[in-house]
Amino acid sequence: MSYSITDPSKRQKRVAAFLVIAYAMITLVPLLWVFMTGFKTPPDSISYPPKIFSEPSLEGYVNLFTTRTRVTPERLAELPPPENFAQEIVRNRDMVIAGKSKYGARFLNSVIIGFGSTFLSIFLGTLAAYAFSRFKIPLKDDLLFFILSTRMMPPIAVAIPIFLMYRKIGLSDTHLGMILLYTAVNISLAVWLLKGFIDEIPREYEEAALIDGYTRFQAFYKVVLPQAATGIASTAIFCLIFAWNEYAFAVLLTTGTAQTAPPFIPTIIGVGGLDWPAMAAGATLFLLPVLVFTVLLRKHLLRGITFGAVRK
Amino acid sequence: MSNGSAKLHSPKAGKTVKGLSDKAIAWLFVGPTVFLLLAINIFPLLWTVYLSFTNYKANRPNREIKYIGFRNYERILNDADIWLNMQATAHFLIWTIVLQVLIGFTLAWLINKKFRGNDLWTTIIVLPMMLSPAVVGNFWTFFYQPQIGLFNYVVSFFTGVDPSSFEMLGSVSLAPWAIVIVDTWMWTPFVMLICLAGLRSIPDYIYEAAEIDRASKWRQFWTITVPMVLPFLMLAVLFRGIENFKMFDLVVQLTGGGPGSTTELASINLKREAFEKWRTGYSSAFAIILFVTVFGLASIYVKALNKVKNR
Repeated sequence: MSYSITDPSKRQKRVAAFLVIAYAMITLVPLLWVFMTGFKTPPDSISYPPKIFSEPSLEGYVNLFTTRTRVTPERLAELPPPENFAQEIVRNRDMVIAGKSKYGARFLNSVIIGFGSTFLSIFLGTLAAYAFSRFKIPLKDDLLFFILSTRMMPPIAVAIPIFLMYRKIGLSDTHLGMILLYTAVNISLAVWLLKGFIDEIPREYEEAALIDGYTRFQAFYKVVLPQAATGIASTAIFCLIFAWNEYAFAVLLTTGTAQTAPPFIPTIIGVGGLDWPAMAAGATLFLLPVLVFTVLLRKHLLRGITFGAVRK
Repeated sequence: MSNGSAKLHSPKAGKTVKGLSDKAIAWLFVGPTVFLLLAINIFPLLWTVYLSFTNYKANRPNREIKYIGFRNYERILNDADIWLNMQATAHFLIWTIVLQVLIGFTLAWLINKKFRGNDLWTTIIVLPMMLSPAVVGNFWTFFYQPQIGLFNYVVSFFTGVDPSSFEMLGSVSLAPWAIVIVDTWMWTPFVMLICLAGLRSIPDYIYEAAEIDRASKWRQFWTITVPMVLPFLMLAVLFRGIENFKMFDLVVQLTGGGPGSTTELASINLKREAFEKWRTGYSSAFAIILFVTVFGLASIYVKALNKVKNR
């Protein structure tokens, strides 16, 4: 260990640590609160003063995945005993399970559209980034800036003509339509990030391969792609997170079949606004994958969120 | 390049290999991306420009489309409500940037003191910005519930104010601040991360030299730290500025533009005009005005940023 005169003193470090941890609590408490609310009963979730610890319950999760109808106590008494814990929880509220809720289907839509658009963005983005990195292309800088500038459009502004266009060609409320749209939005990020990663791979590797008799194409996928694997993976995660989180296009262009989870989750609370545990359960399941990815990505985070402008 | 061996080692070796020529590959690789952007970005943009000069209404597709010149633009610029939206947007934009820069820079500066475990806490602080804004907005409405909400409870715990005496989302004076608070909670880590990269890019020897010159810490901060982080900070502000100018999802979920139209940001009003009142021509003109504004402001800002960078 070397000590420098510019090193902060022990006391300074301690004060800094205290303040940063205090701020981290401001970050964590709301997230933990949502997580915990998912395991409360609806009455517990709206008690005053707010209950930090309460009897854990799966009612929120049961309500998230089911639709229920109210029945009279007489009718309830006639029913055979509950077959599983979900039926038991629901019957305690004088209700029976009527069917599946839409949450599962909406979640699946998010997965399909997220992965579909990520795959397409990475496929197209890697090709374009390689070309921008290695070849002379007329008006290269203008073209790159054009690709970036497509991100400055407010989504609602693009949504008007997209809505009309999709209505005309039958892409409204389809998975394909959303995949294409999210790919178009993500491609700017993919090209800019991947160009940065490919720029960092020394050209000598490919040139050696070319001299060995590889075609340019072979050199690209046998030499450059493996070298760029980490960069491609982290770019893919950024694209996936964007598509996963997107709301404006989803709420305007999808109504049923292809609706993703973000426009659906706020509707869980429903009439009366009492089912906070179900909403919290839905949010928890939806946010958890992103939290995991964020932790995995932390080394490349800065690069991703600045389109490659800041590299560490 | 007179003999064979020199040719072999020249960087132009790629030009002579078999298979498709480099030029063909370049176009093959860039083509699909450009095509997709033309189809799903540029074509719609041009269509918006066209629609902005008409009286088209998307819910009446069979009505004859009439060309009405700049009338939509005139109407928008003379519309008092639009100017209220712009004020709400400016309030949101300015305060989120001020708060995020102050808190984000301070946090980065503290983290850069390199105390034990700073990596772990940085990762935790970063979490909110990766989440879905619509879902974040949705669960913050829960925290903002009067009486039962966590936010109101915490405020009353520290100040003694009755938690049911104020409604963050329902009151005209508090709602604009409610959306600023959530955006700041969510996006301060973004500014923090960029500032941290800036702070870490300053080599130690500069501070060592200043120390030897007996420059005070205060002076070092203002003459070394701040100027060297400034380009990074400005970049962060550019990103946040563009994003918050377009802000839609988070605020729609929090307030839906209300109460009244106190938090009706430009994008929210645009959505209302385009997809609820179906004034397609009018909202297209509004969309173009917004795009030109954000594009123009960003271009000016990038010029300033480059000046600071090259200083």
